[in-house]
Amino acid sequence: MTGTKKSLPQLLPKIATGIQGFDELSHGGLPRNRITLLKGGPGSGKTVFALQSLVNAARQRNEPGIFVAFEESPRQIIANAAGFDWDLPALAKKKLFFMDANLSPEVVQSGEFDLRGLLAMLKDKKEEIDARWIVFDGIDVMLTLLQNPKSEMREIYRIRDWLAQNAVDAAIITAKIDGDSAQIANYGFLEFMVDCVVGLEQRLECGVALHRIQMLKYRGSGYAKGEFPVSFGRGGMDIAPPEPTEIKQVASGERVSAGFERLDTMLGGGLFRGSSTLITGVPGTSKTTLSGKFVEAACRRGERTLFVSFDEGPDRIVRNLTSVGIHLKPHLTSGVLRMYSGRTESVAAEDHLVKLKALIREHQPLCMVIDPLSAISKAGGLEAARAVATRFIYTAKEQKITVVVTAINESDEPESEATDLQISTIADTWIHLSYLIRGGERNRALTIIKSRGTWHSNQVRELILRDEGPILADVYTAGGEVLMGTLRWEKENAESAKTLQRRSEVDQKRVSLEFAEADTRARIKVLEHDLERQRVELETYSSDDQARMVSTSDREKTLLRIRSADSTVRATNGSAASLEKRHTSNGSGKSGKKSKTETPDGP
Amino acid sequence: MARKKAKRVTSDADATTVVVMVLYITESGPNSVRAIANIEAICQEHLKDNFRLEIVDVLESPRRALADGVVVTPSLAKVSPLPAATVVGNLSDTGEVLRALGIRG
Repeated sequence: MTGTKKSLPQLLPKIATGIQGFDELSHGGLPRNRITLLKGGPGSGKTVFALQSLVNAARQRNEPGIFVAFEESPRQIIANAAGFDWDLPALAKKKLFFMDANLSPEVVQSGEFDLRGLLAMLKDKKEEIDARWIVFDGIDVMLTLLQNPKSEMREIYRIRDWLAQNAVDAAIITAKIDGDSAQIANYGFLEFMVDCVVGLEQRLECGVALHRIQMLKYRGSGYAKGEFPVSFGRGGMDIAPPEPTEIKQVASGERVSAGFERLDTMLGGGLFRGSSTLITGVPGTSKTTLSGKFVEAACRRGERTLFVSFDEGPDRIVRNLTSVGIHLKPHLTSGVLRMYSGRTESVAAEDHLVKLKALIREHQPLCMVIDPLSAISKAGGLEAARAVATRFIYTAKEQKITVVVTAINESDEPESEATDLQISTIADTWIHLSYLIRGGERNRALTIIKSRGTWHSNQVRELILRDEGPILADVYTAGGEVLMGTLRWEKENAESAKTLQRRSEVDQKRVSLEFAEADTRARIKVLEHDLERQRVELETYSSDDQARMVSTSDREKTLLRIRSADSTVRATNGSAASLEKRHTSNGSGKSGKKSKTETPDGP
Repeated sequence: MARKKAKRVTSDADATTVVVMVLYITESGPNSVRAIANIEAICQEHLKDNFRLEIVDVLESPRRALADGVVVTPSLAKVSPLPAATVVGNLSDTGEVLRALGIRG
C-alpha cells in the first residue's frame, strides 16, 4: 500500500424499513438499490412486511412506492390492512401506487407470455410518481403460471434487469415458498440472484400461532443470526430484536419503597430504583396484595405506574385490593396509574411482550407490576415464555423501570420456580410467600430469598392481611421453629400476661415501700417532738440550776453576815449554831419548794 | 389511442356478429410476434371478415394498457360481443382461443 491510509471497505449502503426490530437485526435495513427476497409460507407476514416498509418510507421519508400485487387484488390488500393504523386509502391516492397484477381465474391461458408489458407499465408509473420503492408481492403466483422452468428463469432475469435499469432505492420480492415444498422450479436461482433473503414463518406450537423471522442471506453484510419472534400490533409488524450482548444498565443507588415500612426494613431500606423483584408463591399467598401495595406506594409518590394483570379484570383487582386497605381508584382516576388486563388463552408469549412494550411506550411508567408474569407461559411453548420473560426484565431495566413481577409456583418450595420461567436468576430481589401449616393452621409467611447488592433480613415474617393493609408480624421462634397464627398469638398473649403480672408486682412493691417511707417519716416527726421537748426541759433545768446557785450564795452571804456577827461575840457560838440550824431548815424549806417543781421529772 | 397495426376491419354482408378484440403486445417480444401471427391466422380461418382487431403496443401506450387492466403480454381482450374475455399467452393453443372468443371451431 501507499503511504496514505488504506480506505476502509465500503460499507454496504442500506435503507431502513422502519419496522420495529428489523432494522436492528439486519444491521440497518435492506440493501440499497438491490433486491430483497421475502420468503415464507401462507400467512407468515410477507405482505405485511413489504407493505409496512412502503408505508414507512412514504410516511417518514416521503418516498413514493409501487406495490405490484400478483396474488390479491389491491382492494383486498387495502381491506386486509385496515386493521393497521396505516391509513392506506389516503396513502394510495398520493404516495403509493397499487398495481393489480392478479390474473383473474377467468383469464384463459394460451401459450407462453412474459412480463415485458407489465414492466413497461411499471417503468412509466415509476417515472410518473418518482417511486423509490417497489414491491413485487407474490411473484410465485405469476411464475407458476409460466408453467415452464425456462420461462421462470427468463422472467426472473427480466425483473432483475429491469430493476438494474430503473434505479429504485429498494426492491422487495415476496414469494410463497414453504420450506422444502418449493413450488417454483427456479426457487434456488431466485434466492441466488438476490442480495438479501429474509425468511418468515408461521407455525403452530401448543395451539398458538407463532410468527418468526430469520435473515437467511445478506451479501456483504452482517446480521443477527437465528430466529426472532414476530408479532402484529396496530402499527404493523413488530419484531423482537436481539438483546444486546453487552449489558449497559446503570445501577441506581436510590431506594424506593416496596410498599410498606416493615418490608422496606427487611430489604435494608427498600428496593433499588430500576431493579426487578420477583414474588413467588402458590395461589392465595397474597402476591397480588403485595404488588398492589407496591403500586399504591408508587402512585402516592406521584410516579407513573403500570399494573398489568392477566385473566383478571382491573375492576376486580381494584375491588379486591380495596378490601385489604389498598386504594388504587383515585390513582386510576388521576391517570398516574394505568391498569391493563390481558388474556392469556391462545396468545403467544411474544404478543404479550409486544403489548407490554407498547404499554410502556404509551404510559412511560417509573414503576410496573405484572401479576402474574407466569401467565404468559399458559399458551404456547415454555421456551418462548422464558425468553419473553427475560427480555421483558431486560427491557424494563434498560428503561430504568422498577418492576415487580409475580410468578405462581406449583409447589410451596421456592425452588420450583427455577423449573418454570427461570426469572429468579435474573431478578434482583426474590421474595417468596408460602403457607406454613402448624397447629392446624395455614399462615402466610414471607421470606426474602435474595436481594442483590443490599443487606436483607434473613427472618421469616408472618404476612397478615388487615382491613387497613397488610402487615408483617414478628414471628416467635420456639425450639427452633417459627410460630405463626394462633401459636404466635398465644405466645404473644402469654408474653403480655407475664408483663402484666410483673407490672402489678412492681406496683405492689412500690406501694408498700411508700407505706414504709410514710411510716418512717411519721416516726421521725414524733422523735423530733421529743427532741424539742427535751431541749425545752434542758433549758428550764439550766435556769433553775442557776437560780439555785444564786440562792446558795445569798445564804452563804447571809451566813457570812451572821458569822461576822458571830466572830465578834465568841461566847454566843452555841446560840449561833442553833441559829444556823434554823437557817438551814429555812433553806431546806426553800429547796422543798424547788423539788416541788422538779417532781414531774422524777418518775 | 390505438396505434400501429390499426384496425383491420372487414365489412361484409355476412350476417354473423362482428367480434371486437384488442391485442396487447410488446413489439419486439418473440411471444408478441407469435401472438400476432396466431390471432391473424385464427381470424382468417374462423371469423372471415367479421372481426375488428386492435393491436396495442404496451411499450408505447403503457397508460392505456394499465387503464385497460393488462397484466402480462401478450394479452388478447375480447370486447364484444359480451361476455368479455381475456386470453393471455402467444395464442398458440388455438382451441383455448376459440373457446374464449365463443367461436365453434
